[in-house]
Amino acid sequence: MIDYWSMLFVLVLATFIGLGVIRRVSRLLYTPLMSLTNAISAIAVVGSIVVAGADYPGTIRILGAVALFASMTNIVSGFLITDRMLKMFKKQ
Amino acid sequence: MTYAIAQLAAVLATALFIFSLHWMNDPKTARRGVVAGVTGMSIAVAATWIQPEIVHHGWIVLAIVAGFIVGVPLSRVPLTAVPQRTALSHAFGGFAAGVVGTAEYFLGAGENPAQLTAFRMSAIVAEVILGFLTFTGSLMAAGKLQEVKWIPQRPVTYPGQNVVNVGVLVIAVALGVLVVVHPTAAWSGQVFSAIVGLAVLFGVLLIIPIGGADMPTVISILNSYAGLSAVAMGFVLNNKLLVTAGALDGSSGLILSVIMCRAMNRSFTNVLFGAFGTVQKTAALGAQKVWKQETVEGAAQLLEQASHVVVVPGYGMAVAQAQHKVRELYDQLTKRGVTVQFAIHPVAGRMPGHMNVLLAEADIPYTALVEMEEINPEMQQCDVALVIGANDVVNPAARYAKGSPIYGMPIIDADKAKTVLAIKRSKNPGFAGIDNELYVQDNTWMLFGDAKAVIGELVKQLAGGGLH
Repeated sequence: MIDYWSMLFVLVLATFIGLGVIRRVSRLLYTPLMSLTNAISAIAVVGSIVVAGADYPGTIRILGAVALFASMTNIVSGFLITDRMLKMFKKQ
Repeated sequence: MTYAIAQLAAVLATALFIFSLHWMNDPKTARRGVVAGVTGMSIAVAATWIQPEIVHHGWIVLAIVAGFIVGVPLSRVPLTAVPQRTALSHAFGGFAAGVVGTAEYFLGAGENPAQLTAFRMSAIVAEVILGFLTFTGSLMAAGKLQEVKWIPQRPVTYPGQNVVNVGVLVIAVALGVLVVVHPTAAWSGQVFSAIVGLAVLFGVLLIIPIGGADMPTVISILNSYAGLSAVAMGFVLNNKLLVTAGALDGSSGLILSVIMCRAMNRSFTNVLFGAFGTVQKTAALGAQKVWKQETVEGAAQLLEQASHVVVVPGYGMAVAQAQHKVRELYDQLTKRGVTVQFAIHPVAGRMPGHMNVLLAEADIPYTALVEMEEINPEMQQCDVALVIGANDVVNPAARYAKGSPIYGMPIIDADKAKTVLAIKRSKNPGFAGIDNELYVQDNTWMLFGDAKAVIGELVKQLAGGGLH
């Protein structure tokens, strides 16, 4: 049995932390912020690894591998492009 | 033991992700944020992969390699294409959530019906609807931004559009309730597939009435949806790390959406259901004034004699690829002791913060980029406001013209500068069909021509073309 109450708890607290942290993000960096949060939310990859790698029927595992590919693309391109953009912000 | 490792890894990754976003509060520390993010991600992936339940490794390796093959080129797109890359990554995120939700449902229905409790089924349905609508909605947005031929750029509207849209969503949710109550009936699989189809359709319908001007807001809203679909996935998989990361993504999208809406004086519902961007004809100005043209020589002299110049860049500047010429102009003027600042409107560009990235690419120091709220009180002391490819964000009609689609939108007070120089490609009225009286003000001088060429001429003049 999954403890849904503690999950809801986590959701509420994480949302408040998110609002607090994101509000302080430099306005100069909203574009890299979006690619960074995008890469971070691709942590969904951990779910896909389980679906693709556990002892499930073949069709289920194919779906898992497809989702894993989509998340992995976001991780790779998200972090790389964020860093590429941040490198350009120079003081002088 | 491996369970403890997984839990510890999740806690570490959560902390690193929060630090990662925290460091984005200053360009000086921001790159540290990427390192923290990558570290958190690597820890989480490794800890998941070593779990004993993972017995097949071939497809995991294959999918990761494929992710790199597609992801690396996607990270090298030109910076003008970053909005469509972002929309595409929202699509991928939504797609991953939708597919995993589908897999979890059919897995439960086929192998272990007891797992499909009402709560878990509700989470699966939410994940699938959010995931697939984000998928097609973001694909449509990316297509519009990329100006793909078969996707109409102009908003597509028809009578009863909102009724149809809401209707599709209501049917999807109603079918969702049905499978939550009967997860394993003989027809449940078909109903579930119908939900997927309706979500896919809804994503398309949601975006077709939205015009280019609203893209910054729409990308932010889709960002929020992508985050929410990750949260739903966390509920389905009983994974607190996923819930946390999804909530961070979702709240980021929410904050950016609110900022974008405020910057255009619109509400969420108005963006999604208002079909802005349809060509609205405004009444012609009472007395037809005419613009005054300035020569490049005269403009260069004006700039040279100023002590404070504020540049107002618009997306037109990026389209003309004029950023690098603008940087040369910036160098010429600062060399002469002129203070040059760039006034950035929140919706300048095609996604939040886009203009800052475009200017940073041209090596303009970020200390010269100033937000609208900070620059406006200083505009009266500004000697020359140089408007490059910006139009609506400097249109004084936004302050008082009640019938105008931009009424109430906060603008950069370029008109309050002592002198206004505006570079404009043609003498025709703007693309949006809205007259801009800034151009006919007494203190405004026009420079007609391609932004890159005109600024290049200005730089030449300043660099020693006979002045002094």
